[in-house]
Amino acid sequence: MSPEPERPPRPARVSRRGFIGRTTAASLGAGALPRPDQATAAAAAAAAAGAPGQPLPGPPGTEVTLRVNGAEHRVGVDNRATLLDTLRERLRITGPKKGCDRGQCGACTVHIDGRTALSCLTLAVAAHEREVTTVEGLADGDVPHPVQRAFIKADAFQCGFCTPGQIMSAVALVEHGPVGSDDAIREFMSGNLCRCAAYPHIVRAVRQAGSTGRKR
Amino acid sequence: MRGFEWTEPDTITGALDAAGGQAAFLAGGTTLIDLMKLQVMRPSRVVGINRLPLTGIRVDAKGLHIGALTRMSDVAEHPEVAHAYPVIAQALLLSASQQLRNMASMGGNLLQRTRCTYFRDIAEPCDKRDPGSGCAAVGGFNRAHAVLGTSPHCSATHASDVAVALVALGATVDLRDASGTRTVDLDSFYRLPGGTPHIENALRPGELITRISVPRLPWARNSAYLKIRDRQSYEFALASAAVALQVRGRRIEDARVAVGGVATVPWRLPGVEAALRGRPPGLRTFEHATADAADGARPLTHNAFKIPLLRRTLVRALMSLEP
Ligand SMILES: Cc1cc2nc3c(=O)[nH]c(=O)nc-3n(C[C@H](O)[C@H](O)[C@H](O)COP(=O)(O)OP(=O)(O)OC[C@H]3O[C@@H](n4cnc5c(N)ncnc54)[C@H](O)[C@@H]3O)c2cc1C
Ligand code: FES
Ligand code: FES
Repeated sequence: MSPEPERPPRPARVSRRGFIGRTTAASLGAGALPRPDQATAAAAAAAAAGAPGQPLPGPPGTEVTLRVNGAEHRVGVDNRATLLDTLRERLRITGPKKGCDRGQCGACTVHIDGRTALSCLTLAVAAHEREVTTVEGLADGDVPHPVQRAFIKADAFQCGFCTPGQIMSAVALVEHGPVGSDDAIREFMSGNLCRCAAYPHIVRAVRQAGSTGRKR
Repeated sequence: MRGFEWTEPDTITGALDAAGGQAAFLAGGTTLIDLMKLQVMRPSRVVGINRLPLTGIRVDAKGLHIGALTRMSDVAEHPEVAHAYPVIAQALLLSASQQLRNMASMGGNLLQRTRCTYFRDIAEPCDKRDPGSGCAAVGGFNRAHAVLGTSPHCSATHASDVAVALVALGATVDLRDASGTRTVDLDSFYRLPGGTPHIENALRPGELITRISVPRLPWARNSAYLKIRDRQSYEFALASAAVALQVRGRRIEDARVAVGGVATVPWRLPGVEAALRGRPPGLRTFEHATADAADGARPLTHNAFKIPLLRRTLVRALMSLEP
């Protein structure tokens, strides 16, 4: 997992080929509005590739319907766009976080058709017409979900970057419960890493939410 | 990631028509999307197969049948699988994380690519990714690499856990293309790297795995999967063992044994199985029968520890079964 969120990992050894490959991937992979740093990287990559100022050929895209937290969104996406980038950059649903972008940290966890899934390894085109729930969709109006309340009560976070993903996993466990022993909680939640190591409080929050009833 | 065309057909024939050439099937995407981001895999067309009618688990007189698109978590939590083939359920529950098991399909699991860091890094030479470029693991960091079934061109492990359990149980896979369906032993499906590490299995371009079948084996109820890793959860195996024993009156009638994390393909050990037959179950028998389990092992600079580890893993797994 990268120590700094929201930034592509730096290659350990930078070769020219590796640099071009990686920066192109970073700047184009999102299929979304490039951020300024990425635009610069893309220009650098284009210049290095000997094509200064040449517009890149339009990548293949698809119109998809995304059902997120009960609302339907019709969006045209680059086929390469992940569900994570599409949620964050296009729909401005920024609860799911980009920790590693490699399926390793769980910060991007959402529910797809009622089960936890990693939005960084899901293509937006593959989420067409499926039910997506993010942390924004858990509360009942102004009333937070019991798992959200338990996280606050148990002080189950420090920086909070992993928290939306932790909560989505915890909700799946609590709602399909029983949550089981602390070891069972740790095992179920092992796909959600926490750089701040708030694990003991996270386990406590899940245990509390599990014992105070599953539903809202 | 490189640009690609996207299609998501509803029928198997539609998927087979769309496949071939530079196309790739997409199931859970937990291998494919990861490797496309790294530019290790670069399909020009991606064919989504999640709408195909290839999900489901069925147990009949012949054994267990699993549709290739059934998710790992559904198989792991299936009561009949857990009861009749604990080694399969355990191998799955010890794989990846809940999120990944919810996404990942059984067919995709069998076809997952190695986690060798040099294979995953396009700036490094790798004969599996880029035939003829060499192997950075020789002389590199190779602690996690294989000791069995290696060649000078490749020592990358096959990382699937459930494939080890399935190979031990003599599973088969149904493969389908435009010319029809063929059934192949999973054990012979996987190819040793030799001089062609980029050829990993018997799948033809554009061919679909449609089903995995495990023969009926009532004594597989006495089976287990043990996975040894650097942390307690959510990690690939350094060594793993899938074992099943048929014991009658303090005598081993039959045995199934395979290991993972130590070999370039899921590694069945028929010699160990033969050495177990006819003996009384127990530590002495298990130590004796596994003495040559790592025969032919070729360690690299950092992974010689896997040779004793593999044997200890086997003995501990066998000790966990009913005597
Ligand atoms: C962080 C992490 C940890 C992991 N830990 C483990 C672990 O501990 N143990 C373990 O066993 N695995 C582990 N995995 C690997 C994971 O189990 C595989 O990635 C997954 O099973 C692949 O299935 P999928 O459906 O997502 O495949 P996809 O990514 O969709 O496909 C994989 C490959 O198979 C092809 N394909 C898929 N389905 C078919 C089909 N039916 N017919 C023909 N071709 C097909 C695709 O074209 C692609 O080439 C881990 C993965 C990650 C990211
Ligand atoms: S961003 Fe780390 S798992 Fe998706
Ligand atoms: S990563 Fe900071 S609270 Fe988990």
